[in-house]
Amino acid sequence: MAKATRFDGKAVLRAGAIAGVTALLICLVGMVAAFGKRNLIGGVVRISVGHTLFFLNMMLAGYLAVRRARHKEPLFQALGGALAGLVSSAMVAALVLIDLPEQVNLRSVLINASPDLYALLTFGMPTLTGLGVLVVAGTFVAALTAGALILPPRFRRAVSLGFAVLLLVGLLQDLLKVMFTGWGTLGDLFLWMFETGGGLSLVAAVTVFVVAGGLNLLFSYYAAGTRRQVQAWVMSRPPQGRLAIRIASIGLLALVLLSVPFVVGRYPSEVLNTVGLFALMGLGLNVVVGFAGLLDLGYVAFFAIGAYTMGVLTSPEISPLAHPLTFWEALPFSLLAALLSGIILGIPVLNTRGDYLAIVTLGFGEIVRLLFLSDWLRPYVGGAQGIQLIAPAKVGDLLLTQPRELYYLILVSCLIVVFVSNRLKNSRLGRAWMAVREDEDVAQAMGIELVSTKLLAFATGATFAGLSGAIFATKLGSIYPHSFQLLYSIYVLCLLIVGGMGNVPGVLVGALLLIGLPELLREFAEYRMLVYGVALVFMMLTRPEGFLPDRRVRREVRAEVEENSA
Amino acid sequence: MLRQLLRRVTLVDIFMWIIGLLLIGMVFYGSVRTLVSGKYAPTEWVNLTVTGIALGGIYALIALGYTLVYGILRMINFAHSEVFMSGPFTAYFLADALDKVGYFDRYPILSLLLVMVLSMAVATTVAVLLERIAYRPLRTAPRLVPLITAIGASFFLQYTFRGLFGSGVKGYPETDWFKRKWCLPDTQACISTTQILVIVAAVLMMVALYAFVQWTKIGKAMRAVSEDKETAALMGIDVDRVIATTFAVGGALAGVAGVLYALMFRQVQFFMGFVPGIKAFTAAVLGGIGNIPGAMLGGLFLGIFEALGPNLFLDGLGIPAPYQLKDAIAYTMLVLILIFRPTGILGERLARKKA
Repeated sequence: MAKATRFDGKAVLRAGAIAGVTALLICLVGMVAAFGKRNLIGGVVRISVGHTLFFLNMMLAGYLAVRRARHKEPLFQALGGALAGLVSSAMVAALVLIDLPEQVNLRSVLINASPDLYALLTFGMPTLTGLGVLVVAGTFVAALTAGALILPPRFRRAVSLGFAVLLLVGLLQDLLKVMFTGWGTLGDLFLWMFETGGGLSLVAAVTVFVVAGGLNLLFSYYAAGTRRQVQAWVMSRPPQGRLAIRIASIGLLALVLLSVPFVVGRYPSEVLNTVGLFALMGLGLNVVVGFAGLLDLGYVAFFAIGAYTMGVLTSPEISPLAHPLTFWEALPFSLLAALLSGIILGIPVLNTRGDYLAIVTLGFGEIVRLLFLSDWLRPYVGGAQGIQLIAPAKVGDLLLTQPRELYYLILVSCLIVVFVSNRLKNSRLGRAWMAVREDEDVAQAMGIELVSTKLLAFATGATFAGLSGAIFATKLGSIYPHSFQLLYSIYVLCLLIVGGMGNVPGVLVGALLLIGLPELLREFAEYRMLVYGVALVFMMLTRPEGFLPDRRVRREVRAEVEENSA
Repeated sequence: MLRQLLRRVTLVDIFMWIIGLLLIGMVFYGSVRTLVSGKYAPTEWVNLTVTGIALGGIYALIALGYTLVYGILRMINFAHSEVFMSGPFTAYFLADALDKVGYFDRYPILSLLLVMVLSMAVATTVAVLLERIAYRPLRTAPRLVPLITAIGASFFLQYTFRGLFGSGVKGYPETDWFKRKWCLPDTQACISTTQILVIVAAVLMMVALYAFVQWTKIGKAMRAVSEDKETAALMGIDVDRVIATTFAVGGALAGVAGVLYALMFRQVQFFMGFVPGIKAFTAAVLGGIGNIPGAMLGGLFLGIFEALGPNLFLDGLGIPAPYQLKDAIAYTMLVLILIFRPTGILGERLARKKA
């Protein structure tokens, strides 16, 4: 067992090199500089989000050095982490040094090798001093990460959670500031954290880290026991009492959901609306990909069809009807159009599987977009100019135009769709879908009618997307073909994969993370697809079942890997 | 006999046949109307066909990348379109530098060769890294997993290149020599130097590939691995190395195709791979995926069809601005093939096979 362990320098160097390459990459694509203006920690020691991104790579270096190296002695691990950090930060420092003399002008090729980036990397100090600080700090961070990894699991989890919360508070500080203004003493206490202006103060940062980490540590000791006690208490109540508890908790949840737009303010409500629309699409795609295992890359087409049906029927500009319909009158037609198109586009691809299906549906999505864009159909759907003056939804006398009002429309739609998805999942049809996903041929042999099962999956998914599209059209009041690019299919796929395929809460969390967070951090918009791409690859390599996996999907994915590699 | 046949034909089949026949009928009707109206002179058809052949050559080169990988791994390398983009996008900077010092005007062929070599090198590197980092760990995973990885990798590459080199459209250098047209005496039927170059280069690469696969040792190993991975491994073939080589060869072909594409359209951009990528995939399916001569044939056919299509039948159907629907032709064709002949022209029945 106790093998003579030598210092595994090769693995450490390789870890450093990998992290160095990723660090160089995020510097050169401009992410570091783009986030350089947003401060995580303000005041004398200024650490911007850009710096944080850089140091995350140093943490990666430390992590890889511990994980990849064969030696297991704590001292070696800490040393290895430091060495890896040194290598990777030195690689970045080398970039700055190469570009220092005037003759080499990297910027003519690599547009993001900018003075802004260099100023950030040298902390605004003279170049050589700054680079020295950078390398020392990088080495230190990597060593610290390696050190943290040696801790017992319980502490390790607490440290990483504290760090994650710190990062989240720092990133969302603008939102939090708005939320907590006017909350009296509690609000003031909260705002104190940001007193230095432009970021958390150093003391506040340490406090957040310690509190979050400490709470997690406490939880890890007591949570399991407490949960068991609460469960036992609930179970010991008489049936009526249990029902009351259930109703009370649902009521509480409803209260929270209903009050959200008034707590968070206007812009975040708008963000939540976008999240809701994507969640609707995600739930639809979840039926097609997650339940039935049919990878549809042209999914945005159904969203477009829902939106366009709404537009054509309600806009006085383009509607063929003498009196354009209202939102509620047009909604059933939108859903119907999406449903029918789901079936019509589903029929030709019934016999194709896996990757073929993905590309054919992608082709379909593009055909639909090109048709909406073409001059040929311009008299009917507006061509490149799109459709304006789409009717807003109206409840009684109230026009739903403000984000806070639309929030309720979207919330109700989401709740309905979540309910339907959950019911479908455990229905006969849902089980048939899962059987098809697991093995088409076996499912057929078991007497599942493939044609209708698959078409129902396409139709259900398309209807959900159509609903989302219809609300999207009425929300914006105008639609253009470029709102329906392939990218949106990929967004939806991505939130599904990250959240966890086949699992309804997973979709909601995925939408919140992948759509909500970028909307709040505008600098991120530029790098959205880059990060999504990495997320897809990373998830597939490490956790193909997603962060909140469905139990059955997880078993399937794991089992199949074992089976294939056996 | 008849009853048996009737029982085997389902409603879905009938529906698909109707869609297919409708589309074919439309193509036929449109073509006849255009030809009868005599709107275009015969030389214009000749010119369009030449453009189509050049375009088809490029599609064929990209399609070979899809087909080679599919033949061995039974997976669609969705990120191949980005491999195709990476080469010419990086080589643009060399081309631009050569143009600035006047090399492109003085030694067009030599400069072009240099640019092509760089493009091939970059595309090959990207393809091999892609295989090593993203695909190799997933070789035993369920079938959707590598595909989703490929989609992720594709977007990652696109936006990395966008971040590194900018999102603007960059114009490839052009010289008078490239633009020069060679016409048949006394007619308007012409071919430009670029088109000649594209066709010659495409044919050379295809011949080289064919020779490589048929007559070299590693080519033989490739065919063996595509036949049966386990048995090939037992025969002492290093499967990992063969797969990496396959990606490298596909990447090199895509690198050449990229420069040719940039020559024809004279611009590069981070998103340039997407549309040719899908079309090349269509070409690969058209010829029968996994089949090397099939990919060449499919590419050529698709190129010609697409070049002639807008004028030939969309115009005849009375569709205004038919060029807008040029891309839709390729996508529709993909759907049609999958309805009528999922095996492609030369392929075996793979679309139904569990990949």
